[in-house]
Amino acid sequence: MAVKQETLQPARKLQAVGQDGMSKSGAKRVGDLFTHLILAAGSIVMVGPFAWMLSSSIKTQYEIYKFPPTLIPESIQWINYLVVFEQTALGRYVGNSMFVSLSVTLGVLLTSSLAGYSFSRLNFPGRDKIFLMYLGTMMIPGAILLIPSFVLMRTFNWIDTYYALIVPGVVSAWGTFLMRQFMMSIPRELEDAAYIDGATRLRIYWTVILPVSKPVIATLAIFTFMGVWNELLWPVIILRSPEKFTLPMGLAKFQSRFPNRTPWHLIMAASTLSVLPILFLFMAGQKYYVQGIVTTGLKG
Amino acid sequence: MTVSAQVPAPSQPVAAARPRLRWSEMSGLARREAIEGYLFLLPNIVAFFVFLAGPMLAAVYFAFTNYDLTWPPRFTFLENFQVMFSNDLFWQVFGQTFYWAFGMVPATIVLALGLALMINREMRGVLTYRLVYFIPHVTLSVAASIVWLWVYHPEVGFLNLLLSYVGIDGPQWLLNRRTAMPSLILMGWWKSIGFAMLIFLAGLQGIPAELYEAAVMDGANPRQRFWAITVPMLSPAIFFVMVTSIIGAFQGFDVFYLMTRGGPANATTTMVLHIYNNGFLYLKMGFASAMAMVLFATIMLFTLGQWLYARNWVHGFAD
Repeated sequence: MAVKQETLQPARKLQAVGQDGMSKSGAKRVGDLFTHLILAAGSIVMVGPFAWMLSSSIKTQYEIYKFPPTLIPESIQWINYLVVFEQTALGRYVGNSMFVSLSVTLGVLLTSSLAGYSFSRLNFPGRDKIFLMYLGTMMIPGAILLIPSFVLMRTFNWIDTYYALIVPGVVSAWGTFLMRQFMMSIPRELEDAAYIDGATRLRIYWTVILPVSKPVIATLAIFTFMGVWNELLWPVIILRSPEKFTLPMGLAKFQSRFPNRTPWHLIMAASTLSVLPILFLFMAGQKYYVQGIVTTGLKG
Repeated sequence: MTVSAQVPAPSQPVAAARPRLRWSEMSGLARREAIEGYLFLLPNIVAFFVFLAGPMLAAVYFAFTNYDLTWPPRFTFLENFQVMFSNDLFWQVFGQTFYWAFGMVPATIVLALGLALMINREMRGVLTYRLVYFIPHVTLSVAASIVWLWVYHPEVGFLNLLLSYVGIDGPQWLLNRRTAMPSLILMGWWKSIGFAMLIFLAGLQGIPAELYEAAVMDGANPRQRFWAITVPMLSPAIFFVMVTSIIGAFQGFDVFYLMTRGGPANATTTMVLHIYNNGFLYLKMGFASAMAMVLFATIMLFTLGQWLYARNWVHGFAD
């Protein structure tokens, strides 16, 4: 389908503008080499902690404390990963986080696409004013709402339940904005045929608008999922029972449980495991992630 | 320099101007459309009132009360603010929040800008670099904190190991009042530089090559091109990063909670951690709400200030 996707065209491939119109001249080569050197040095700093994490996660506890430390373990202990699943509730935390993150993501996708459709396609009094006001709420810092939200959850009897983690999170002003921007660029002709066939708006939303909105749905899904997956403060305030802990909380608890002889190798294995899903998600959806940033940062 | 940036600012799709809708003048069909329009917004509208507007009002009210969750809030007018403003710890925490925010944001922007300029070259490996520099941003803050706790460990930590090779006896990083906050800021750069870089890269790619070509024709040297084209054309992106990063930095919580618990001797306690401690550990909900109001006012002041000043330097900043 030849939908013109003005707002969410995948970002232009990384091509530097040939600013000097020079081809691979000597000066450019030297410049490239110099740039590579700096970027590579920086890369070591950026990746270093991860390399350390990975390497420590497959060491024996004895080797962890060896001084000076080894980067490549003397004997590789993949078993640490099994041990961490057997001796801790890591698997449970991952499941909890998965459940909460997926629920919020689905909810946000539904409410934001409905609202985006309404703001971009339907006419009603006060539409653009309401939209601007709603956008304005993005400026309200979340930290302000911490205490009243907690009190609200308490009156709902939602403390220590997943309702408190999911329900307030299933709407998103930013998601609505993203959806609206995208849907404004969908040509009306697409809907017209359906109208003539007598389809209801809900049906058009579902069968015409949503299918062509896949790129923006992917963008919003990735951002929402990652945001909820990483969230620490709100779950810390809400959850009490250890078996309900999300992954960040579980990991934090795990880390503080051994005051003396910290089993760093296991903690590192757990940390590695916690990073992997998000890393895969990011790598798979990099294109959409970047697009979300472009839409917000440069057009918002 | 004749290259005045005459390129349209990134256009935002704007709804076509149409006559104002009035309920009384609308046809049955139009009314139906309007009703459906509101219905589709319903989840958002309900959530707005229940989870945003309501709590906002409550936050203001709590700030003027004494509230411990057990007894209903008792109105105490300005007492919370009086206690807060005459409390040394509050001012220390307030100052440290600025220390953190201004240690983080400007340096991150400069570093990320340099990085984006380097990566925005026609050469091999740029995609890998982009990924590598971005990974820390998507890493769980807990996992990052765990690794960095170890990097900063006084005895077995990686940093002091490196320093020992050049004969330096490294400090106690997170356990020392003077080095704790800079250590966290350093880690903050590591974690947040990739996000700013990505936005700058997107901005750089939106600059039309013709501008540079024209500048070269006019004999502009690289430095002139940077200041006359790159910076103005990138200014909306820089502005965006600045505003959002400052808002985010003022609300920093995770690293302080995970790595230092605000210590040593409160040297790394910032506003949100202090609000958390007072509200949820000492159950001083009213006092914590008052502090949240001060934080809110601070953030709004900074955002507004940047907004007002933006017309002086942000390209295409109108309205």
